[in-house]
Amino acid sequence: MTSDGRTVTLSDCNRRQFFAALGGVVLSFGQTVQQPDRQTGSQVYDPDRAGRSQTPVTALDNDKSVQELEKKLRCSCGCGLDVYTCRTTDFTCTYSPALHKEVIGMLGNGKTPQEVIDAFVAQYGQVALMSPPRRGFNLLGYIVPGIALVVAAGVLFLVLLRWTRQARTAEPVITTVPPDATPAELERLQRELDKLPG
Amino acid sequence: MPLLGTLALWLAFLVGLWGAITGFVGGAQNRADLQQSARHATFALLAALATAVISLEIAIFRHDFSVAYVAGRTSRNLPTFYLWSALYSGQEGSLLFWAAVLSLFAVLAQVLTSRRYRAFLPYVAGVTSLVATFFVGVMLFAPANPFTRLPFTPLDGSGMNPQLQNPGMVFHPPMLYLGYISITIPFAFAIAALLTKKLDTEWMVAVRKWTIVSWLFLSIGLLIGMWWAYVELGWGGYWAWDPVENAALLPWLVMTAFLHSVMIQEKRGMLKKWNLALILGAWVLSIFGTFLTRSGVIASVHSFTESPVGYYFLGFLLFAVAACTVLYVTRLPLLEAEATLESILSREASFLFNNLLLIGLAFSVLWGTMFPIISEAVKGVKITYGPPTFNFVNIPLGLVLLLVTGIGPLIAWRRASPSNLKRQFAVPVTVGVFALLILLVAGMRDVGALLAFSFGAFVSGTVTQEFARGARARHRQYGEPTWLAVFQLLSRNRRRYGGYIVHIGIVLLFMGFAGMAFKTETEATLRPGETAELRGRDGHVYSFTHLGISQYNTLNRYVTAALLEVKRDGKAIGRLRTEKRQHVDALGNKTFEPSTEVGIMSGLRVDLYVVLAGLVSGTEEAVFRFTINPLVWWVWFGGFVLVIGGLIVLWPGGAPLASGPRARSQAGYAVKLEPAQ
Repeated sequence: MTSDGRTVTLSDCNRRQFFAALGGVVLSFGQTVQQPDRQTGSQVYDPDRAGRSQTPVTALDNDKSVQELEKKLRCSCGCGLDVYTCRTTDFTCTYSPALHKEVIGMLGNGKTPQEVIDAFVAQYGQVALMSPPRRGFNLLGYIVPGIALVVAAGVLFLVLLRWTRQARTAEPVITTVPPDATPAELERLQRELDKLPG
Repeated sequence: MPLLGTLALWLAFLVGLWGAITGFVGGAQNRADLQQSARHATFALLAALATAVISLEIAIFRHDFSVAYVAGRTSRNLPTFYLWSALYSGQEGSLLFWAAVLSLFAVLAQVLTSRRYRAFLPYVAGVTSLVATFFVGVMLFAPANPFTRLPFTPLDGSGMNPQLQNPGMVFHPPMLYLGYISITIPFAFAIAALLTKKLDTEWMVAVRKWTIVSWLFLSIGLLIGMWWAYVELGWGGYWAWDPVENAALLPWLVMTAFLHSVMIQEKRGMLKKWNLALILGAWVLSIFGTFLTRSGVIASVHSFTESPVGYYFLGFLLFAVAACTVLYVTRLPLLEAEATLESILSREASFLFNNLLLIGLAFSVLWGTMFPIISEAVKGVKITYGPPTFNFVNIPLGLVLLLVTGIGPLIAWRRASPSNLKRQFAVPVTVGVFALLILLVAGMRDVGALLAFSFGAFVSGTVTQEFARGARARHRQYGEPTWLAVFQLLSRNRRRYGGYIVHIGIVLLFMGFAGMAFKTETEATLRPGETAELRGRDGHVYSFTHLGISQYNTLNRYVTAALLEVKRDGKAIGRLRTEKRQHVDALGNKTFEPSTEVGIMSGLRVDLYVVLAGLVSGTEEAVFRFTINPLVWWVWFGGFVLVIGGLIVLWPGGAPLASGPRARSQAGYAVKLEPAQ
C-alpha cells in the first residue's frame, strides 16, 4: 500500500523497485527454508543473552527421591542453598549442576540415598549437609535452645511463685484511694487519720 | 563534590566528637553551656552529614566515575530510580546513609522530646553523637570512604548488581536501616536514665513511641526484604534463615518483647530491670547485625565484601557491651519493682511467659546463626546450620508463641478467677478446636500446619471476642451502632486495639508460612506449543503452555523473555512471563552474569511461580521450573495488616496514657499511701 492508499503490484513499479522486491522475496524464502519449524524449537536471535545453555530435563532430574536427597546436601558455591534449590535457581552456578551429576552418578551405581550422603560427608566433610548429624557435639545445636527455654521457664515459674507468696505475706496495702483526691487532700486525710486514737 | 564530601565527613567527625564530649560532661557537671553546645552539635552533625550525602548523590547523578564508589555501583544507563538507591547499595554508601539518618533521628529526639525529660537530653545528644562519630570514623579510618578517588576515570561504571535493580531493594535497605538506627534513640534514653539515676517509669514513657517507630520500620524492612527475596531471587521462598536475615530478626524479637513487657512497668511499676535490659539488648543486637553483615565472619548472600570494617564493629560492640554491663550492674539497686505479682494466673505472668518465648526464640535464632562458628572453634569441624535445622528448632517455638498470643489477652490483670477464665476462654478455644476438626476431616495431616491453623483460629477468636465485648459495652453505654463502636474502640484505645490488629497480622503471617508445607514443584523442558501440567495441593490442575521466546533490548539490559499461557483445570486464567536479563553498560559491554526474572501469578489460594532456567542449545526450547506456592498472598496481606496495626498504635492522640502511681490507683491497682512529709 502506498501512502495514498493504492495497492502496489509488480507491474506498477520501476526496475529498481522490481529487483528490490524480487530480492526480498528470494531472501525471505531462503530464511523460511533455513529456519527450522518454530514448533520444534527455532534458533533465537542471540543465545548468549539467555545465559548458559541448558540440557533438557530428564526423569531423574525431576525424580522426587533425587530432589529430596539433594535438599539435604549443601551447594559448595557459597550461596547457602541446598543442591536442588541452587541448581534450579542460580543458573550461573557451576557447582550445583556438577554435584547433581555426582548424585545421579552415585545413585546410578546402586548407592542408597544414605550411602550418597555418607559419600558426600566423606568427600567434603559435614559442611556438605544442610543439617548437621544429630549426634555428639552437634546435638547441642538442636537441643540447647529448647533446654534453655525449659530451664528458663522453670526458673521463671519459681520466681513468680516466690513473688506471689511475698505479695500474700506482705503488709496489707490500701488498695483504693478517692479517684479525685489531690496530693494536698491526701495529705490532709493522712493527718486526720493520724489524729485518730489507736 | 568528592572533596566537599570528604571535608563534610571530617567536619562531621569533629563535630560528633565535640557533641559526645560536651553531652556527657555537660550532663555530668550540669553545665548549661555545654549541654546547649551538645544540642547544637547534633544540628551541626546533621548539616555536615546531609552535605556528605548530597555530595555523593550529586556524584552519582553526574556519573562522576572518578569516585570509586560511583564507578563500582552505577553505570551511565542505570535507570534513575536505582541511582537513588545506589547511595546505600554498597558498604561505604550505606555507612554514610546510616550515620546521616542517625544524625537526623538525633535532632528529632532533641526537638520532639517533651521538656519534662530535658535532664536526659544532654546524654541523649552525647550517645547519638558518639555512635554517629563511630560510623563516620569507620568511613574515614577503616577505610570505607565513599568519596575515595580512582587513579583514572573509566568511561563507564560497572553498574549495579541486577538483583538490586528491583523496587523491593530500593525500599528494603532504608526501611531496615531506619529500624536499626532508630533503636539508638531508646538506647540513648536508657543510657541517660542510667547515668542520671532517674530510673523510674517516666523515661520509659519517653521512649515508648520511639521503640514502636523502630519496631515498625524493622517490620516493614523485614517484610519488603521477604517480598524482594520471593520475587527476585527465584528459589520460590521468602525466608532462608540467612545470617543477615536472622540479624534483622533478632532486634525485632527483642523489641516485640519490650513492647509487651513495658505495659507491665507502666501499669504496675514492675520489670524495670528486665525492660532496661531489653532496650540495651535490642541496640547491641542491631550493632551485632551490622557486624555480621559487614565482617564476612559468617557466609551470607547478603554480606558486603569482607573488609577490616568488621573489626571496627567488633571493637565497638565489645566496648558497648562492657560499658552497658557496668552501668547496668551498678544501677541494679535503683531498679526495684514498685509492686509485686499477686497471682501466676494473671496478665502480668502471661506477658512474662510471652517475653520468655520471644527472647527464647531470639536466643534460638542467635544460637543457630553462631553454631557453625562455635562448632569450628570447639571441635574444629565446619558444619552447616541450614534452613531444615532452623525450622526443626524454631517452628515449635513459633507455634507456642502464636498460642500465647491468643492466651495473653484473655487473662485478667492482677488475678484471674476460674469462672473468669472459663468465660474468657470458652469461645476462642471452641473456635480453635472447631478449626482443627474441620482441617482433620478435610484430610490435612501436616502437624505443623494443623497447629498453625488451629492456633491461628484460636487467636482470631480471642481478638474477635475482645472487639465484640468492647463494642457491645459501648453500644450499651452510648447506643452506638456496631461499626461506630468498633471505630471508637480503635480511636480511643489505640494501643490496645491496634495491638490486637497486629495480632491478626501475625495470625495471617503464620497461615501464609504454614502454606509452604504444601508447596509443589517440577521442572520441564518445553518447545513452543508444548504444555507442562502440575497438580496443586488446592486440588486444581494447572497447565503451562510455552508460547515462545522473544528477545529485545531495553534500558540497560538485553532481555530474553518466555511467554506461557496458564490454564486451571483446562480454563485459561492468564499469561505468565519469565525472563533472562543480560545487563550491559552504556557501551554495550556485559556487566554481570545473566539474571533471572521470575513470572508470578498471585492469588488468594496459590501463587504460580515460573522460572526460566535457560534455553536448550540456543533454541526456543526452554527449561522451566514450575512451583505452586499456597497462601503466599496471605503473608503479604498479613504484613500489611501488621503494619496498619502498628500505625494505629503509633498514631498520636487517643486516650491519655495511664502511668504513674496516680493513674495506677485510678485504674484500680494497689498503691501505698505514704505518710505526709
